Amino acid sequence: MAQPATIPNVRVVTLRIDDRDLSAREDETIIEVCRENRIPIPSLCHLDGLSVWGGCRLCMVELEGQSRLYAACSTRVAEGMRIQTNTERLQRYRRTIIELLFAERNHVCSVCVSNGHCELQWLAQKCGVDHVRIPYRQVAYPVDSSHEMFRLDHNRCILCTRCVRVCDEIEGAHTWDVMSRGSDCRIISDMAQPWGDSDTCTSCGKCVQVCPTGALVKQGTSVGEMVKDQHFLPILARRRHLQ
Amino acid sequence: MTAPTKITVATTWLDGCSGCHMSFLDLDERLIELAQKVDIVYSPLVDTKKLPDRVDVGILEGSISSEDDLEKAKLFRAHCNLLISLGDCAVTGNVPAMRNHFKLADVMDRAYRENVTLQPQIPTRGVPALLTPVKPIHGEVKVDVFVPGCPPSADAIWYVLNELIEGRTPDPSSVTRFGA
Repeated sequence: MAQPATIPNVRVVTLRIDDRDLSAREDETIIEVCRENRIPIPSLCHLDGLSVWGGCRLCMVELEGQSRLYAACSTRVAEGMRIQTNTERLQRYRRTIIELLFAERNHVCSVCVSNGHCELQWLAQKCGVDHVRIPYRQVAYPVDSSHEMFRLDHNRCILCTRCVRVCDEIEGAHTWDVMSRGSDCRIISDMAQPWGDSDTCTSCGKCVQVCPTGALVKQGTSVGEMVKDQHFLPILARRRHLQ
Repeated sequence: MTAPTKITVATTWLDGCSGCHMSFLDLDERLIELAQKVDIVYSPLVDTKKLPDRVDVGILEGSISSEDDLEKAKLFRAHCNLLISLGDCAVTGNVPAMRNHFKLADVMDRAYRENVTLQPQIPTRGVPALLTPVKPIHGEVKVDVFVPGCPPSADAIWYVLNELIEGRTPDPSSVTRFGA
C-alpha cells in the first residue's frame, strides 16, 4: 500500500520470514517487508506506489498456526508472525494460477510486442511453468487500436487493474475501469467506448508503463520492442501522498 | 559403428517451421561430441525412412494440426521411452494455434483463394486433413519433458540432452522460457 513518506511514532515488530529473523514497521505489509529484505514474492497486481488490489493471488504466503493462506500484499505484519513464502504447496498454487492465466486468454509470447519484457512470461519461468496442463480456452478477444499513440490488446490482459489504479490514483483521470464478470471481464475506457474517443484520457501513457504484459503497449512496436519504464511511479506516488 | 551403449534419439517435426531443428543444428561443433553419446536413428536430418521399434528419446517439434501430425505424435509416443516437446509450437500451440480463433473454412479460403492469383483451389489430394483445434503435443499424448522457446536456444537443447544423457531430470525453466 502506498504510504506517506514519513510516519511519526510507528512501532516496530519482530517477525520470522523463511527462518530469517526480521524487524519491520507495524504498518507495513508482508510483501513490503519481503521486498526490503530481498525475499522474492511473485505478484502481478501489486505495484509499489499504487493501492492494494489483492487480485492475482500469486503472493499468497503461509502463516504458522493458520490453515488458510494470506495475500502478502494485503496482510500487515504483526509481532511474532512466522511466515513461509515458498513452500511446496505455495509453489504448486502459483504454478496453477500462472497456467490458468495463460489458458484463459491468448498470450502467444513469441509474437508479442512485450516478449522478453513481460512480467507474466518472467514469472512463468521463475515458477517453473514450462507447459500449461489445462486446455487453452482458445477464445479471441478484441484489440482496441483507436488511440493514436497506444494500443489495448485484451488477449494479453490479466485483469491486474494496475492501469485502472494508476489512471485514477496518480494521473487523476480515471479513464479506465472494469466491466463484466468471469471470462467476459475486461478493462474499459470511459463508458466502454473506443480508447481513441475518450474525453478523459490525457494520453500520459502511465497505464502502458505499469501494465505487466503486452496488453497496453505503444503503437508501432514490433515483437519484443515494448520495454516498459516505471521509474515515474515512486516519485509521483510520494508527491501525491504528501499533498 | 553403432556402440550398444549409445542412447538412441528420434526427432520429427509436426506443424512447426523447422526452426527448432535448425536450433538443434546450431549446436555446431558440439554435434560431434553429441554423436559420441547418441545415435540419431530417425529424423528429418538423417536418411532413415522408418521409426525403429524402440527408441530411447523422441523429440517432437511443432503442434498437432493435422491427421498426419496426430498419427506421428502417437507413433512417437508408442515407440519412444521418453518424449520431449521441443519449442513453443509443441509446448503451447504457439503460432499454428492462432488459427483456432477462426473457422477452418475461412482459414483455407484465406490461404488458398483470397491471396492466390493463379488457379485458386483448396488442396484435397495427397495432403492430410487439418484438425480443429490445433493442440500442443501434450493435448493428445503424454509428454515427459517440455522445452519451451521459439526456438529454444542451442544452449538450452544442449543442456536438456546432456542432463538426460547423464541420467538426471532436466529443469528447462532454468535455461529457457515461452517465447525465448
